[in-house]
Amino acid sequence: MTIALVDIALMTFLAIIAVAITQVRDLFAAVVLTGIFSLLSACIFTSLDAVDVAFTEAAVGAGLATVLFLAALSLTGPREKTQPHHSWSGLCVCLLTGGALIYGTLDMPHLGDPNAPVHQHVAPRYIAESPEEIGIPNMVTSVLASYRGYDTLGEVTVIFTAGLAVLLLLRGSGTRLDAVADQAMRHAMILRVVSKLFIPLILLFALYVQFHGDFGPGGGFQAGVIFAAAFILYALIYGVEEARRVAPAGRVQVFFALGLLLYIGTGLACLLAGGNFLEYKVLASDPTYGEHYGILLIELGVGITVAAVVISIFCHFASRERP
Amino acid sequence: MSSFLGLYNYWIVIFLMMAGFYNVIARGNLIRKLVGLNIFQTSVFLLYISMGKVEGGTAPILAEGVTTYSNPLPHVLILTAIVVGIATTAVGLALVVRIRAAYGTIEEDEIQRREEGP
Repeated sequence: MTIALVDIALMTFLAIIAVAITQVRDLFAAVVLTGIFSLLSACIFTSLDAVDVAFTEAAVGAGLATVLFLAALSLTGPREKTQPHHSWSGLCVCLLTGGALIYGTLDMPHLGDPNAPVHQHVAPRYIAESPEEIGIPNMVTSVLASYRGYDTLGEVTVIFTAGLAVLLLLRGSGTRLDAVADQAMRHAMILRVVSKLFIPLILLFALYVQFHGDFGPGGGFQAGVIFAAAFILYALIYGVEEARRVAPAGRVQVFFALGLLLYIGTGLACLLAGGNFLEYKVLASDPTYGEHYGILLIELGVGITVAAVVISIFCHFASRERP
Repeated sequence: MSSFLGLYNYWIVIFLMMAGFYNVIARGNLIRKLVGLNIFQTSVFLLYISMGKVEGGTAPILAEGVTTYSNPLPHVLILTAIVVGIATTAVGLALVVRIRAAYGTIEEDEIQRREEGP
């Protein structure tokens, strides 16, 4: 019952924030509210037992998305053209669609119903057999890296492609390092001292999340984003130019491909060892060890690609010339 | 009452979805549209995770003395979708930045006018 109350309260807050985002006229405020929205939804994910997802949402939605939106706003201007307050046709479409969808939910199994169809398909097998078959306690990692390894490969490829797209869209004549704006932050002593204390800890935490992902919440996706967050913090305070010296653009771009190649290479190694693509069992004499090696390698590949893409995307936004 | 509690999450999800949808279709500012898409996206995440919850279950990480776990499959799908989502949002933002550079505005109607103009 307590859980239900917490859940209802958080969901209601989420709805209120969504209304606030829609109503507020200033884009800057809307973006900051989106950050709060994401953090709150991460809390809801935790209360619904999705700890891995909550982890990712907190790092990506509340941290990274907000920073990227703010960087884009600084390039496009925070003011929205004033429009007539409501679009009645838009509101009608939304009400009709929403009404139809709510009618559709009336047949749905209730929240937490153990007999819902979604719990009858492959999930019971994953829960019952993955601890023995794969040999690691975190079932989310087992499913992500082993049972559904093909899916994850596809998703890493999407991230790689998105990174390339941003790189192609934002590089070129418009790029100039914004030295004036950077200097202001660098001289803020509190920020400098605190960030110096925090950055090593964030990096260490990213490595922990990367390599402890088999046993607890975590894995390559989260670790990559957290690793990049440390770098972004550095770039925000010391300036993009300084950050570029630590991680030159060319070298970061090599890591884009390196992570993906590590993933595909692991799959090919399985082929060479006589198994199917991404069938890690054959990588070692003991099938469970093979699974461990395979998962470790592909998670590392995911982490490298995600971190490199996120760092590169941020740097491209931040180093573009202000109009 | 139990029906209200059991479906409340889905109703809020639909409300959020429509709030995001409204921002996408009724607003002309391109950044505002992307914010709307982000809300829409988060509402889909919430839908999946709500469906994965099992009453009395816990997080799907093997622990002693626990027999009921929530469904790990939606968690996997959404975990990767979040990271893919931010990557595609970044592509959207990059396009907006380029549109601003090319047209001098990110308001839909002004871009339209510029296109139709002489």
